[in-house]
Amino acid sequence: MGWPSVVDMNWQGERWTAEQVLALAPDAASQKAGGKLSSPAPWSGTGVRDGALWGLCSGSGSKPYQTVIDLSGPAYRCSCPSRKFPCKHALGLLLLWATEEPMPDAEAPPWAAEWLTGRRERAEREAASYAGAQGADAGEGAAGAGDDGAAARRRADRIEQRERRIAAGATELEQRLTDLIRDGLAGADRSGYAQWDETAARMVDAQAPGLAARVRELGAITTSGAGWPSRLLEECALLHLLSEGFQRVADLPAPLAATARTRVGLTTDTAELLATAEPVRDDWLVLGRQDSDDGKLTTRRVWLRGERTGRMALLLSFGAAGRAPELALPVGLVLDADLAYYPAARPLRAALGRRYGTTNGGGAPTPAVASTPEPAAAVAPARSAGADAASAAHAGATRAAGAPAQAPPGVDVSTALAAYGTALRDDPWLDAWPVVLSRVVPVPDAAALEALADAGAPRGGQRGGGAGAATESATRTGDDGWQLADAGGTFALPIDPRCTSNLWQLTAISGGAPLTVFGECGHRGFVPLTVWNGAPVALTSGTHRTGP
Amino acid sequence: MTLTDTSAAPPAPGGVRPVADWGDLLAAALLGTDRRTPPVAARPGQDPAAALLEAAAISTVQRRAGLRPAAARRGPAPAPADPRPDLPPAARVRLAMLLTERAGSGGGGSRTAPDLAELLPQWLSAANRHGYRAPSALLPALLDAARARTDLRPAALTLAGPRALWLARLNPDWKFALRGGPPTGASDPAAPGAALDAAATQRVWDEGLFAERVALLASLRRRDPAAALALLARTWSTERAEDRLMFLDSLREGLSQADEPFVEQALSDRSRNVRSTAAELLSALPDSALAARMAARSTACVTLRADAGRPVLTVAPPASCDSEMERDGVIAKPPSGRGERAWWLGQLVEATPLDAWVERFGGRTPAQILALPVADDWQAELHAAWGRAAVRQRNADWARALLNTPEGDPSAPLTDPPATAPQGAGHPGGGQGGAGAHPGGAPAGGASAARAALGGHLSPTAAGPSWRDPAKLLAVLPAAERAAWVAEFIATHGLSDAFRLLGVCTVPWAEPLGRAVVDALDIARDAGSYPWSFSGVMGLAERCLDPALADRLEVLTAIAEEPRDGAPGAIGYWSEAFQRLVGTLRLRATMQAELAAAPDQPDGAPDPGETEETGGAEVSGA
Repeated sequence: MGWPSVVDMNWQGERWTAEQVLALAPDAASQKAGGKLSSPAPWSGTGVRDGALWGLCSGSGSKPYQTVIDLSGPAYRCSCPSRKFPCKHALGLLLLWATEEPMPDAEAPPWAAEWLTGRRERAEREAASYAGAQGADAGEGAAGAGDDGAAARRRADRIEQRERRIAAGATELEQRLTDLIRDGLAGADRSGYAQWDETAARMVDAQAPGLAARVRELGAITTSGAGWPSRLLEECALLHLLSEGFQRVADLPAPLAATARTRVGLTTDTAELLATAEPVRDDWLVLGRQDSDDGKLTTRRVWLRGERTGRMALLLSFGAAGRAPELALPVGLVLDADLAYYPAARPLRAALGRRYGTTNGGGAPTPAVASTPEPAAAVAPARSAGADAASAAHAGATRAAGAPAQAPPGVDVSTALAAYGTALRDDPWLDAWPVVLSRVVPVPDAAALEALADAGAPRGGQRGGGAGAATESATRTGDDGWQLADAGGTFALPIDPRCTSNLWQLTAISGGAPLTVFGECGHRGFVPLTVWNGAPVALTSGTHRTGP
Repeated sequence: MTLTDTSAAPPAPGGVRPVADWGDLLAAALLGTDRRTPPVAARPGQDPAAALLEAAAISTVQRRAGLRPAAARRGPAPAPADPRPDLPPAARVRLAMLLTERAGSGGGGSRTAPDLAELLPQWLSAANRHGYRAPSALLPALLDAARARTDLRPAALTLAGPRALWLARLNPDWKFALRGGPPTGASDPAAPGAALDAAATQRVWDEGLFAERVALLASLRRRDPAAALALLARTWSTERAEDRLMFLDSLREGLSQADEPFVEQALSDRSRNVRSTAAELLSALPDSALAARMAARSTACVTLRADAGRPVLTVAPPASCDSEMERDGVIAKPPSGRGERAWWLGQLVEATPLDAWVERFGGRTPAQILALPVADDWQAELHAAWGRAAVRQRNADWARALLNTPEGDPSAPLTDPPATAPQGAGHPGGGQGGAGAHPGGAPAGGASAARAALGGHLSPTAAGPSWRDPAKLLAVLPAAERAAWVAEFIATHGLSDAFRLLGVCTVPWAEPLGRAVVDALDIARDAGSYPWSFSGVMGLAERCLDPALADRLEVLTAIAEEPRDGAPGAIGYWSEAFQRLVGTLRLRATMQAELAAAPDQPDGAPDPGETEETGGAEVSGA
C-alpha cells in the first residue's frame, strides 16, 4: 500500500538544517559516523513522501541496511544492529536529505511502508484510547465501577502511605535544619559532604528523592566560593519552607500542593496525565535543549514555547547513563502537538501528547497523520479542519531550503527578570524561568576586556566616560563576570557563574552586535542555551574562562 | 550576588510579615541561634531556629522576586564586517565534523577509515580558494584547532577572517592569531595592522612587543614594501642584534632593487648573522652590486678552454678569502673536513646570478653549459653550487637543465656517479646560504661520503647524483613539469625514494604522476611486501591523488591471491590500505563538491581553480 501523496506541497522546501539533524545524534561518534554516510555514494533507493524518508545504505555486509524515518516524530527504523538511537544510517540519510540534492518523491517501498503504516495506526489507536479515556471520565465510568473502585482504593492507600513516610522524613529534615541553625552555619564548610550525604540518604529512605537532591546540593554550596553562607542560608530556608509546606500539604491550595508534592519527589504518572489533563494544542517552537548526565541517568530537557498561547513548556526525557534519551526534537522545529502540563502552581513541565506535524521555524509544515487527508479524517475529525487550514496557510509560503528561520520574539533583560519574579510568586522554589531575550549583547568578563585593552583595541562607546567605569569597578567588586547586556547598554543580566555553555561561541556569533538568546533566567543569573544567527544555534558546552 | 537586590526598597506584599534585614538574619545563622538571638520573634512554641529559617525563606523569595538587572559593563566594539559569502550548508557541516574529529583525537582507530585530521588543511585552503568565510558559530573551534596545530594557522585564520581576530583579542588563549595575520589574504582588509593609520603604526612600532612589531612589519611589508622599509630604517641602528636579524629577514617578502641600499649597508652590520642574511638577500637581486661583485669573483675562477679541440671548463678556486669577500657574506672557515678553497668557490658560485655564466660562456644555454666537461673533478662542486643558485634565484631554466643532466635524468640508473667530488661535496641543500647553514660537511673523499652528507632525505641507494637536491630544484619548475619528472622517476625507481619528491608536487597530482604512483603501489603489493613500508607515500597519496582515480583504485581493494614469496598476511593489509585510500579519495571528492555547491549568497566567487599547493613534505625555498 502507498501513502496518500500531497502533490501540492513542496517537500524539499522544508528540509531541516544539517545542524538540526546533527543535534539528534546521541553522541559525537554518531555525528561523525553519520557524516560519513551523508554523501549519495552509499545510498540507493532513496525517496521522500508525506514526511517520511527512506533509503538503502550499503555497508560492509552483502545486504544493504534499510533505513526509514518518520519526520513527524522524528522516529527512525533501521535494519542495522546498532543500539545507538538514531543510528548512523538514520543520521546519514537525514543529512543527505538536509544538504544534498532533493530526493525523489516516490512511493515508499513495502519494507518502509509497513513500518510507517504500523506507526501511524498505532498513533491512531493511542489517540482513540485517549479520546476514550476522556469519554470515560466524562461519563463517570459507570460500568465496572466496582473493580476499578477497589483498585483505585488500593492505589490511594499506597500513595497515602508514601506521603506519610515522606512527611516523617520532612520532620526529620526540619529537625536537622534547625539544629544546624542553632549551632551556626559558620563551620559548615569544614564538615564536608559527609553529613549532607547522610541526611540525603535518610531522605531517600523516606522516599523523598526531591528532598534528597536538595540536601545534596547544600553540601556543594559550602564549596561554591565567596558568599556561600548567604547562599546556604537561602537554600536551607527554602528547604525548611518545603518540608513545612509538605507537612501541611492538605491545607494548601491544590496547585501549590501539587508543586510541593512534585518538589519533594512525588511523581505524576505520565500516561495518566495524558489521559486526564486538558491538552494544550499549539504550534510549539523548540527553543532549547540541554542534556545532563549524573553518572546514572542522562536527563534531556527540551524547552518549547507555544506560538499562539505564548506558554513555555519543558519536556523531560531520560536515558541510561551515556545513552541519549529518545526524545529528539531539534531546536528551531515547530511542532503542532498537544501538551499536557503536569499540575503545578506554575505549570512548566509537560508531557508530549498527540503530534499533528512539524514545521521548521516558520516554513512549510511537514504534515503528519492529521493533515494528510485519509488518516486525518479517521483520527481527529474535530480538529482536522483547523489543521488543514494551518497547513494550507503554511504550504502557500514555501521556503527555499536553508533559508534562515526567523528568531522568535523576545524581551529585554528587565522584563526577563520580572518574568522570573512573577513565576516565583507561584512557586517560591523556582531557581530559574525560561525566557527569550531579544537584542542583547554578550559582554565578556573583566579579564577578557583587560586582554582587549592590552591589545590596544577600542571598546564599545555607548556607555559613559571613564569616570562611570571607574565607579562601577570600585563599587561592584565581584561583578566582573560575563553579562548579557541590553542593546541600549544600560542594563545587563549576569551570566550564571555555573553556566557551562560555550560563551565564546555566543560571543563569536554576536560579534558585538545584539542578538536573540534563549535560556534560563534565575537568581544566579542567566544561562544561555540557544542563540539565533538567522537559524538557531544550540550552544555547545565548553569552558568560557578567560586566561589560564 | 551579582544581580542587584532590592530587599530594602519595596515593602513586602500585603499579608506577609515584614522581614528582618538579611544581614541580621545571616549573622544570627552564622553564629547559631544558641549564641545570638535571631532578629525575628518566634511564635509561641516555635524554635527560634525555625523562626529564623521561616523569616529567611520569606526574605529569600522577596529578594529573588525583586531582583533588578545589573549595570551593563562596556563590551568590545562590534567586530568588523566580513562580506565574504557563507559556506554552503553541507560544507558547513563538514567543517564542524573536521573540527570535532580534531577534538576527539581518538580518531584513526580504524585502519580503513579516512584520517579526517589530515584532510583539514586541504579543506581549509580549498574553502579559502572559494573565498568563503567561516560560520561564526565555529570560530572558537577553528581557533582552538589553529592553536593546537601551527600548520593550520595561516589557512584557518584566513577563513576565520576579521571576526576571529576580533574574538582573539578577548581571549589570551588565541593570542597567536594576533601575531601574524593571514599571510594568504594579502588583500584582506582585516589583516592586523591594516586598519592602523600611520600614527598607530608608528606607536606599535615604537612601543610594541617584539612579536607585535614583527607582525606589524610583515603585514606592512605585504601592503607597502617601501613603507615597511622606511619604518625599519628609522630605528635600525637602535635595534638589538637578534631583532635586526628577524626584521631583516622579513624583507625577504617583496624584495626588490629598491631595498638594495638599505640591505647593502647591513653588510657592515656588527652581527655576523645579520651580515650573512643581508648577503643572501642581495645575492637574490641579480642587479645588485653584491651580485655583480660575486659574479666578478666567481667567473674569474671558471674558464672555458679548448682541450685537444674539445671545450672544457677548468676551475681555479680562490686562493684566499679576503675581507671584501667576507663582507659580502662569504664564510671563511669551512666546516670540518672540507677544503677551504672549494668551500669558498661554492659560496661564490651560489651567490652569482646564473645569467652571468651564460654571458661568460658565449651565450650557451644552461643545458649546454652543464654538458661541458669539467677538468680535474670539479664538476660535482660546480654543479652543486649552480643547483643552489638555481634554487635561490628560482631560475627554472637552470633547474630544468640540472634535473635533466645525465646525472639528473629521472630514468637514469641509480648508480654511484663517477667519483667526482674532489674534496668532498658539500650538502647541496643547505639552502639558507648563510652562516653555518651547511650542516655536516662531508669528509674529503668519495661519493659515499657525499651521500652520507645528504642525511635522511634520500636513502643511500637513491643518492645517485649526490650533488643535487632534486626536490628543491623541482620546486622551481612549473607544476606540470614537476609531476612529469617525478612520474618518470617513480616509473624507474619505484616509490621507496619518492617521498620527498612527491611532497613538492602540487595537489592534486597531475597525470601522468597519479597513474605512476598507483602503478607503483600495485607493483609493490604484487611484490609481497607489507604496505607500511610505504605508509609515507600512502599517506601522501590519500591527500594528493586526484579523487577521480578512486574508481581505478577500487579494484585494488579486493583481496588478491597472496604472492608465493610475499610476506604472510600482507595482501590483507594491502586491501585495507587501498580501502582507506579509496575512501579518502571519495571523501575528498565529496568535500570538493560540497564547497563548489551554490553558497548561501548567490554571488559566490568564480571557480578559482587549483593554486600552488603541495602535499606537505616541507621544502624550504632557499
